[in-house]
Amino acid sequence: MTAALTQILAHLLGRLPIGWLQLIHKPGRFAAAVAGVAFANLLVLMQLGFLGALTGSIALPYRALEADILIQSSDANTLQDGSPLPRARMLEALAVPGVASATTVHVGRLDWRQPNGSNVNLDVLGINPGMPSLRLPEVEAARPLLAVGSFALVDRTTRGLDPVLRARLEAGGTQRFEANGHGVTVTGTFSIGGGFGADGYLVVSDQTFLRLFRNRSPGAPNLVLLRATPGEDIAALVGRIHAALPTGDVMVRSVMEAAAADTTFQTTRRPVGIIFGFGVAIGVLVGGIIVYQVLSTDVADHIREYATFKAMGYGRGTFLSIVLEEAMILALAGVVPGALAAAALYAGISAITGLPLALEAPRLASVFVGTVLLCLLSGTVATRRLARADPAELF
Amino acid sequence: MSAPPAIAVTRLNHAFGVGEAERQVLFDVALEIPRGALVVLMGASGSGKTTLLTLLGCLREVQQGSVRVLGTELNDASEQVMVALRRRFGFIFQAHNLHESLTALQNVRMGLDVHGPAPGADDAAAHVLRLLGLGERLDYKPRRLSGGQKQRVAVARALVGNPEVVFADEPTAALDKESGFEVVALLRRLAKQRGTTTLMVTHDTRILDLADRIIVMEDGRVKEGG
Repeated sequence: MTAALTQILAHLLGRLPIGWLQLIHKPGRFAAAVAGVAFANLLVLMQLGFLGALTGSIALPYRALEADILIQSSDANTLQDGSPLPRARMLEALAVPGVASATTVHVGRLDWRQPNGSNVNLDVLGINPGMPSLRLPEVEAARPLLAVGSFALVDRTTRGLDPVLRARLEAGGTQRFEANGHGVTVTGTFSIGGGFGADGYLVVSDQTFLRLFRNRSPGAPNLVLLRATPGEDIAALVGRIHAALPTGDVMVRSVMEAAAADTTFQTTRRPVGIIFGFGVAIGVLVGGIIVYQVLSTDVADHIREYATFKAMGYGRGTFLSIVLEEAMILALAGVVPGALAAAALYAGISAITGLPLALEAPRLASVFVGTVLLCLLSGTVATRRLARADPAELF
Repeated sequence: MSAPPAIAVTRLNHAFGVGEAERQVLFDVALEIPRGALVVLMGASGSGKTTLLTLLGCLREVQQGSVRVLGTELNDASEQVMVALRRRFGFIFQAHNLHESLTALQNVRMGLDVHGPAPGADDAAAHVLRLLGLGERLDYKPRRLSGGQKQRVAVARALVGNPEVVFADEPTAALDKESGFEVVALLRRLAKQRGTTTLMVTHDTRILDLADRIIVMEDGRVKEGG
């Protein structure tokens, strides 16, 4: 096995694969080094996975909005955290040519004590049942029902949703619950997908919303959803709406822009995003240090042999290529177990938390390229010790 | 006109350290060694023979005086010139300095590969090892070789590239009388057949008979034979 690899490497390098031979000469150290690289890979992949789940889950509710343009209070960073805005903005926006239709959404947060006794934390979306608001077929179909009473639909991917309850709802059953002194009957499910904020979503009519949240007013929703007439240039329309509205209290953005701004906010300004970004940096640092340690120890261990090679007429390039050969081998050998371990953990965490964790090819590719670059960088730094290989001291 | 000598040294001075700590180890050394000669360099330890060997072998920079090896002046020679010259030399160190991760055959190949990849390098390396009686040990790593065997691998590594000059520092120290004599006899045979010049530091009086010339150094000066 090793002999065959030696042959292949000799063929690839056009010389004896000294780096490889040095590595396998000490199998214990080699295995530890590979484990170190694999661990650093795992660390980075996990953090990137969480970061990806964060950004992915941020985009999910925006994608569910049946809208081209979104008006929010100017203090809103996410879909959930903005102040209410005057409903009058919707009417003003409707007057702008190119706006086909408009509707409002109230957003609130609710703790729901489930029949099995556990609590889930839900983002409640209060929609106008007379207008399409969400690109969710189940919600569309239920609009007439939502209009006539205190009914609700719950996200079936809600984290911690009672499985018995979910099964019953999916089989067509209902579940009544009471919150803030008001009774609501859950009649069905839909799917947006969970994130790092609430455990899931609950969709009700605006009337039901106002009964659940007594301090909210019908004249002050959180979101105004606008549809443009077909073929309209959204960016230009956003500009016209912006000009038509009183300045200061609201933001007018395309839904995509709003989602991008939300992602930027949550990944760079909120602790959760910063922590994952920091985790990536730590993983990179750990990997770099491990590889540097292994390679510079290896250089130090072979300083006499390298001095001998220097005496024999080998130049600096030879030693650099030996160390880089080792770095490449460590990167390649480490990335495979690292990725496999990450894939297993992704699956496990995804199953437990409902977060959209997936080992996507681009992420794997960038981690691989990053590992190789980092290993090469560490190797190059490690060769600085080679200056100490003085062939004159061999005699 | 005859070819220039393999080694020509005039007015060579060399010192280690700077300022107060400066200590001169070579004083006005002059010597000339013709091509194809086997020369033994003798002297007490500290007499400067190892320093002279490293200067001639392009392992140390010449400070003062003239050293011409294979027609090239080493005083003020660039690193590239020194490295290129070293490839035309063979070095045999007192300690074998074999690479522990490489087999005997691979160690010897390092002596060939410095000239670039060549087909049949393994065969050439194996051939030299067989000449030195190591045909059965080609795939052994140094750990599994005896001291004498290791030294013979080191000799094979120095000779496999057909060097024009061989520098050897106590090459027989680790060998028994018979194999020590065998190694030096091989060096002598090469000297005669291929015109290889050999400069050998040794205390081993058993092999002096094989030398064309004996240079004795004392306190940094050539005492006799220069």
